[in-house]
Amino acid sequence: MSDPVIRVEELSIEYRIGRQWLSAVQNVDVNIDPLQIHGLVGESGSGKSTVALAMIHYLARNARISHGRILFDDQDLRTTGDKAIEAIWGNQISLVPQNTMDSLNPSLRISQQMSEVTRHHLGLSMTEAYERAAEALKHVQIADPEQVLSRYPHQLSGGMVQRVMIAMALSTRPRLVVLDEPTTALDVTTQAVILDLLRDLIKEEQAAALYVSHDLGTVAQLCDYVTVLYAGEVMESAPVDELFAGPRHPYTAGLLACLPTSSGGSESRLTNIEGVAPGLGARSSACVFADRCPLAIEACRASKPPLENAGRGRSVRCLRRREIAAGEITPFEETTRTEDRAEPSRSHVLSARNVSKRFDETRVFHRLTGRRAEGVQALRDVSVRVSTRSTFGLVGESGSGKTTLARSILALVEADEGGLTLRDKPISTELRKRDRETLRNLRTVFQNPDDSLNPHRTVGQTIGRTIHKLSVERRSRSAVRKQVEELLEAVGLTTDYYHRRPAFLSGGEKQRVAIARAFAPKPALVIADEPTSSLDVSVQAVILNLLKDLRATEGASYIVISHDLEVVSYLADRIAVMYLGEIVEQGVGEAVLHFPSHPYTEALLSAAPTPDPAVRHHPIVLRGEIPSPRNRPSGCPFHTRCPRKIGPVCETETPPVRTDEDGHEIRCHYPLAELKEIQEAGPPSASGRPDELPGSASGRPGARPPAGGNT
Amino acid sequence: MTRYIIRRLSLLVLTLLVTSFLIFALTNLLPGDIARLVLGRDASPTAVENFEAKFGLDKPALAQYVDWLGGFVTADWGRSFTAGNPPVRDLVLSRLTNSIRLAGMTLAIVIPLSLLLGVLAALREGSVTDSTISVVSLSVVGLPEFVTGIVLINIFALGLGWLPATAYISQNMSFFEWIRLLILPALTASLVLTGYITRMTRAGMLEELKKPYVRTATLKGIPYRRVVFAHALRNALLPTIAVIALSIGWLMGGLVVIENVFNFPGIGSLLVTAVTQKNLPVLQAISVLIVFFYASANLVADLLFAVLNPRIRLS
Repeated sequence: MSDPVIRVEELSIEYRIGRQWLSAVQNVDVNIDPLQIHGLVGESGSGKSTVALAMIHYLARNARISHGRILFDDQDLRTTGDKAIEAIWGNQISLVPQNTMDSLNPSLRISQQMSEVTRHHLGLSMTEAYERAAEALKHVQIADPEQVLSRYPHQLSGGMVQRVMIAMALSTRPRLVVLDEPTTALDVTTQAVILDLLRDLIKEEQAAALYVSHDLGTVAQLCDYVTVLYAGEVMESAPVDELFAGPRHPYTAGLLACLPTSSGGSESRLTNIEGVAPGLGARSSACVFADRCPLAIEACRASKPPLENAGRGRSVRCLRRREIAAGEITPFEETTRTEDRAEPSRSHVLSARNVSKRFDETRVFHRLTGRRAEGVQALRDVSVRVSTRSTFGLVGESGSGKTTLARSILALVEADEGGLTLRDKPISTELRKRDRETLRNLRTVFQNPDDSLNPHRTVGQTIGRTIHKLSVERRSRSAVRKQVEELLEAVGLTTDYYHRRPAFLSGGEKQRVAIARAFAPKPALVIADEPTSSLDVSVQAVILNLLKDLRATEGASYIVISHDLEVVSYLADRIAVMYLGEIVEQGVGEAVLHFPSHPYTEALLSAAPTPDPAVRHHPIVLRGEIPSPRNRPSGCPFHTRCPRKIGPVCETETPPVRTDEDGHEIRCHYPLAELKEIQEAGPPSASGRPDELPGSASGRPGARPPAGGNT
Repeated sequence: MTRYIIRRLSLLVLTLLVTSFLIFALTNLLPGDIARLVLGRDASPTAVENFEAKFGLDKPALAQYVDWLGGFVTADWGRSFTAGNPPVRDLVLSRLTNSIRLAGMTLAIVIPLSLLLGVLAALREGSVTDSTISVVSLSVVGLPEFVTGIVLINIFALGLGWLPATAYISQNMSFFEWIRLLILPALTASLVLTGYITRMTRAGMLEELKKPYVRTATLKGIPYRRVVFAHALRNALLPTIAVIALSIGWLMGGLVVIENVFNFPGIGSLLVTAVTQKNLPVLQAISVLIVFFYASANLVADLLFAVLNPRIRLS
């Protein structure tokens, strides 16, 4: 094998916090060979981004490399001067960042931003650079490069911007591409397309790549080699097949075990990694994972285990790796146990009938001129029924209307049409007209606990206030306090948390507080909108288990909203899939996950990256992007992208809702039996057509509904 | 974009109409009888009647407004109450020209200076340069104009003798002569504004420099000055433009103190005189003009905003 493109040797990095230098990364080795896609995996705080930034010589001002070298072409990047690094940046090493929308200058055209690189490094003229940019965009399968080049970033969708970033990063044929969570901000179906593209392009351009991610699923699908970081140290590094087939380090095993899988069904329970990761600078002479490791022995705490070669290209930092390899001990098992949970009853806690919501952009100008305002049909004739003591899952990509539906139920937006009933009693769609009893019974857990908890109130105040405001009878101060403490214990926190403020809590702890608050007034239904998407996988497992436990103990029902089918199917008894404000499929969990499925669900299922490199699947590639709800396609809204499209009937006629005897509903022109047959025969043939610019024919591309969208 | 401009222009006209009406209404609400206020308490009833007839004060208020508005748009701004009753238009326009010159001169100093200082301070955030710029520019803002004005006169006019101490512009001065006269008053006004605009530029620049697109641009390997000027500054200017636009309004009507210190015949002192003399025609004309400059400066700022920011221009 030829020499590595980049070699990171014994790298240690410290951050200056106040007057101290705290260690963030210790003794990390990473070698990336030509043509290799190297995955750098870890949870937040693991130091993965710090290592990646060091590799592109772009550490924060308050960071310093305290030890080690970074060799790029035998040149130590630590000692490279400003001029020399400018010659490497964008030319030899390029970056595809995470937050793509903000990563392009909002006030310059794509053509200006793309040609800047090639003009500077390759000395191309204006026209040559433009042509080169157009060519690069063709490579990332953009059908109409001139159109894209003439636009500004805000006129493009997230997926399209990410293609531009990839095209730009590869336009100088760099030797190393650093991919920093390049698909986390994208929808699953878009993510699948981008990952597919990346894999092919990096090989085609003969580059090497570093893929930084927390998502084991995409790592398994994309990478050749994986390094697992924990608390700034390498725990294990191995070829991807080896790592996923048999993790040798307990941490890696734990990470894999705590992923929710749709095969688990709603009776399973996820593995938890107990405890929290050590913070910055918590340097000790013990194994950094010892405190959370179920296999830790005395020797693990006595000295730091070395990173040892374990054969077949892998190294492991664990004293008990041989026992683990031999299968004598198992760190984390995917404990699947059946819970004695009450069967969902036949009564319904909540039902929504034919709910529609349209957001109009009414402006004074429109009123004065009498022109029709543009509008977004966020919900169209949506009906759902949530059984008592059950979990209803809502799945869909951004713009599908799932959050708007939740907000309509909570009356945070007022539905234009349709009715809601709570425990068979009709309730108002207007928040002002709701009585305290209704407010008490419908509670919510939001996506980001950082935003939903008041930073100035202590945990006790936050939860106590909800009890105080919503409980039926007046309670004494001590009674409220006692109840708060009980709630804290129910969500797995100690009563010590009573006086703490959100700033002193971790993400997982904050979300537990948010959950305790939701359950405080003993609600009938809790709506959880992406409850775990801002959390690390190991924390996600804890929260998902907690939600499951609370359903059993508190007897509440849930509506769980997520873009992640795995999360939803882990929790939900019944699942609804939404597309452009409509429910295209709904049924019992297992039924939705198996054929027959709506072709959109089929694509969603195939796009979800499996954390198993052995099943490196080829996702069903959906053409284009989700259409703007402003110009909703006629007939079946999915016809513009549907790989199972029958013909003109899909474009002109609204598909019927087809229901089988178990109440599984699919909105499609295909009869269910026929749909099942063709889906079992295999995935639809890939169109291979490059993507069209969304909405290039009409309307405004990439436009999102003005409200009700979630991030 | 054309539609946007047309819409904004019609809004400007509407603003002027509404404010002119308000100004008219307010001046008519002044306590007391105008004629008696102007002519004195001992004026004979005939003199009062004559005065009222001459200036149309005997008509109903609304009719007075319509007359005044009609005159105003046809360049007949009425006559002053003061001796000889000179036409308001001549009186106001000569002062206005002076004020525009002073405002222009001030902006010519303030804009490049504060942008430069702001960018410099942002690029060297936390350094000695940064704190020096902040401390000096802010402490100067805190000083009243008559203090800075007199200090400047003492140094440059009385001490060094480089520049004249007063700025009395007469009709037949050459361009360079009045530029020389305007330097000191313009500098005094600049000292008031530079602090604010530097702060805005610094804050805007710091915010932009932290954005991911600046990282993208830096990691392209293009020279850093290109990152700063071609990428970041353009976006950082957006909030600064609004502040500059607001300061134009102040420069047009609020320089009374500076005008007094330098004996400068600007529109600010004319306004003050008109108020003390209850000289309604002059007062109304100047008020409408100041509103006009305020509104147009904001319009220009909004248009510049749109030019620099495609998210506004294209939606």
